[in-house]
Amino acid sequence: MKKRIEDLTVIENRKLKEGFFVIKVYSSEGLPEIKPGQFVQALVLESPSTFLRRPLSVHDLDPEENTLSLLVQIAGPGTEKLSRITPGEKLNLIYPLGNSFTLPVRGERVLLAGGGCGMAPLLYLGRKITESGVQPHFAFGFRNRSRILNHDEFSALGPVYLATEDGSQGYRGFVTDIPEFRNQQWDRVYCCGPEQMMKAVAAICRQREIFCEVSLENLMACGLGICLCCVVPTTSGNLCSCTEGPVFNINHLKWQTSG
Amino acid sequence: MADLRIKIGPLEFRNPVILASGTCGYGSELEDFINLSELGGIIVKGTTMEHREGNPYPRMAETASGMLNAVGLQNKGIDYFEKNIYPHLAEYNTHVIVNVNGNTVEDYVNLSARINRLGAIAAIELNISCPNVKKGGMIFGTNPASAREVISAVRRVYDKTLIVKLSPNVTDITEFARISEEEGAEAVSLVNTLLGMAVDVRTMRPKLSTITGGLSGPAIKPVALRMVWQVARAVKIPVIGLGGIMNAEDALEFIIAGATAVQVGTASFINPRAGVEIVKGIEKYLGEKELDSVCRITGIINRI
Repeated sequence: MKKRIEDLTVIENRKLKEGFFVIKVYSSEGLPEIKPGQFVQALVLESPSTFLRRPLSVHDLDPEENTLSLLVQIAGPGTEKLSRITPGEKLNLIYPLGNSFTLPVRGERVLLAGGGCGMAPLLYLGRKITESGVQPHFAFGFRNRSRILNHDEFSALGPVYLATEDGSQGYRGFVTDIPEFRNQQWDRVYCCGPEQMMKAVAAICRQREIFCEVSLENLMACGLGICLCCVVPTTSGNLCSCTEGPVFNINHLKWQTSG
Repeated sequence: MADLRIKIGPLEFRNPVILASGTCGYGSELEDFINLSELGGIIVKGTTMEHREGNPYPRMAETASGMLNAVGLQNKGIDYFEKNIYPHLAEYNTHVIVNVNGNTVEDYVNLSARINRLGAIAAIELNISCPNVKKGGMIFGTNPASAREVISAVRRVYDKTLIVKLSPNVTDITEFARISEEEGAEAVSLVNTLLGMAVDVRTMRPKLSTITGGLSGPAIKPVALRMVWQVARAVKIPVIGLGGIMNAEDALEFIIAGATAVQVGTASFINPRAGVEIVKGIEKYLGEKELDSVCRITGIINRI
């Protein structure tokens, strides 16, 4: 799919939780085909310390409305400025970027595991999986009850299993402690979240020989494969996570085997 | 319409805007956004004799008005380049220049001799200024005797246009420009990145795996511009200016200060159309000033 630079119009900016926002933008040109797992590079204006674009996963998409939603976690001045964007303003994006998750085939049991802002690509993935006739299941980990994000949108697509580190909601512990994850049979696990979480999920999948793809959030400058900054060590050498990823099969990653 | 053509040695460029090495891949990465034939040329990424994996992640840190990188010349080596990449480059309707790197004088010579045989490569840019490798690179570009040795040796095996890319991490950059001129280079390009670093105060660790890296972006533009001005007064060969050029006005500053051509680098990371927009901006400026050629303003700062 051809990449483009476009000024999209902000339709809505919804605060999910302290520090988390969903920005919905409209494309007057009509959205190109965007696959689950792909991302955008957003230009942040009037933020003096923000020089580079900010990579954001496509959180959701409505092809009828020509809108896409981006989940933004405030991590510094750039994302803070972005979180204050208002309807009617333009948001300049380079998109669609990166590869995508491999969709399951009918009859497979699939689990989408994530935590925090790592949930971002999993909503759109869950929607595409549902459209392909497969029932997605979700497993999410949060620090505590107050950190749980847009649960309802996920539970509209399938069962959601929760874990909190302090046990304030769902199971006590991490995503990997959720009994449905540990004890049930899964054909595919898709994962996005903090690196330690992805490594733990990958270790279990590897041990149980479950197909597992993870979406990495490496530091990135260009998003186009021209700066070679966001590399990840793989069995085929250092690869750009912006063009060869962000989605990688765990068997392709070196951190999985050593971690 | 003003004439944008410029000459570097025997080579005529369609316009003075060239994409900088390490910021445009092999050109194809940008073809969704621009038509490469609208540029003066592209300098494809730093190439070495052998396959290199580069430095470990993290290799990048955003800084005020710029960024640090420590890529470390990741590339698949000249054999792979010649077999798999060169055939595509040969089809581009723009000048394709290869940025040449090595650990030793012998590496630079062998690689330059190999590229000398590739008809569609218009020129080489001898990179004696990469700050992110343990051997070679900036070590050659910060020691006058080593710089002379490598330029002279490459000149003997390379017949076409030879551009030497200079490091700003020296006391007097004009000394290295003079050496390049004396050893027969057709042009110098400057500046490569400035050596810098950044610290993560939360982890109390350097932000780059290599601790130090090369600073680029608007943060370095005034330094680069000053050096281009100094070098343009010190040598007769053309100067190609780079360092923090984000738009046509930045590019014009370099040309007015003495640059025959400019390179656009980090700007492409934020706006992949930057190079082409700069060409259009220069053309518009010349039209407004009623100038018939970009050459009219090259180094004009010293004449008015």
